Amino acid sequence: MSERATGAGPGLDLRARGERISPRRRGAWGWVDVRGRRLGQWAFILNRLTGLGLLVYLFLHLGVLSMLAVGPGAWDGFVSTALTPAFLALDVVLIFGLLFHGLNGLRITLVGLGLVVNRQQALFVALMVFGAIALLIAGLRIFAVG
Amino acid sequence: MSSPVEPANDTHATSGTGRSVRFRVSRFKRGDRKPHYQDYAVEVAPGTTVLDALTAIRRDQDPTLILRHSCYHASCGTCGMRVNDTEVLACVTEVAGLDGGTVKVDPIANQRLVADLVTDMVDFYDKFTAVDQPLVRDSDAIPAATVPPGVPGFTRFENCIECGLCLSACPIVATDPRYLGPAGLAAAQRVLEEPREADAFSVLRLTDDPQAAWRCHLAFECTAVCPSNVDPAGAIMFLRRRLASDRVKSIFGSGRRP
Repeated sequence: MSERATGAGPGLDLRARGERISPRRRGAWGWVDVRGRRLGQWAFILNRLTGLGLLVYLFLHLGVLSMLAVGPGAWDGFVSTALTPAFLALDVVLIFGLLFHGLNGLRITLVGLGLVVNRQQALFVALMVFGAIALLIAGLRIFAVG
Repeated sequence: MSSPVEPANDTHATSGTGRSVRFRVSRFKRGDRKPHYQDYAVEVAPGTTVLDALTAIRRDQDPTLILRHSCYHASCGTCGMRVNDTEVLACVTEVAGLDGGTVKVDPIANQRLVADLVTDMVDFYDKFTAVDQPLVRDSDAIPAATVPPGVPGFTRFENCIECGLCLSACPIVATDPRYLGPAGLAAAQRVLEEPREADAFSVLRLTDDPQAAWRCHLAFECTAVCPSNVDPAGAIMFLRRRLASDRVKSIFGSGRRP
């Protein structure tokens, strides 16, 4: 049996320990390459993409709100642009990102704390079905407004 | 000694079957800048495995093809590789069950490539031993046990065959060499589940690290590709539940914080 330790020591950082590091890792390609992968990898990469998208949206949103400081003309001009079909389609993309990231985040939180681990895939599918219905309703309402 | 199987009755035949399949095999030799593919045609029978075909290529067409194998029945874990971009044991993967016309064969990912389909497993074993914890058992022998009433069956966590497929499939291992990884964490969970004489508390403390149980991002690809049903992702979630529970208890002063 391996020598037992007290738990103290250099920890898991193999580089800090001077251990050899494999140079053959796939790198970030291993995140996005979904060939041969299953539902979990799709959830993994979509969670990252939607997270990055929401981060970008946050700054865009703040930029748009700054138009309020410019004046009513600038804001009204933006609102008329925001009601075009192309812009409304972007709203649907935004709702998709919010729903996917939020619902998958709920799965990650529950499963990551050791709950419903054996049914995590069914949980994911159920949440995505719920999300798809919510996205459909949201899309209809967005274009109804437009 | 038994007599050779007649070709017509050989379900693993690699010649004389009339059905030829193209294999696109990753090749890499010392000094090469990067791997490249080489195509071979192999005749297959309904039961011919990818390992049957690869050994036939080496025997009949190209003795320079390097691969690793031993037991031929999914026990040794040495023939782990990526077939059509999915991690499998080549010895139990039948060519007839694969989709598409061409069978693409690559070595497992995220390990140092030695040659062709062979990787250096030192990094894999480092994760078992470099952390100075009793994750590797002296013996896996379990006394004869009867499944209790109401229990569908035992979930086996100690049957890791050390094939490295989980490390190849894990997206986190792809970018982070410090991550303890699914195989090591599954071994840690097994120690906690049945400590025997091991120091379970120090093992639990080991897993409470940003590069251990908390590094997993729940892709569950390790569990999907594991040929031994070790369920590394489930083991990692077990560890997290235990760690989270202990942390909550420590807040209220009713438990030890790992």
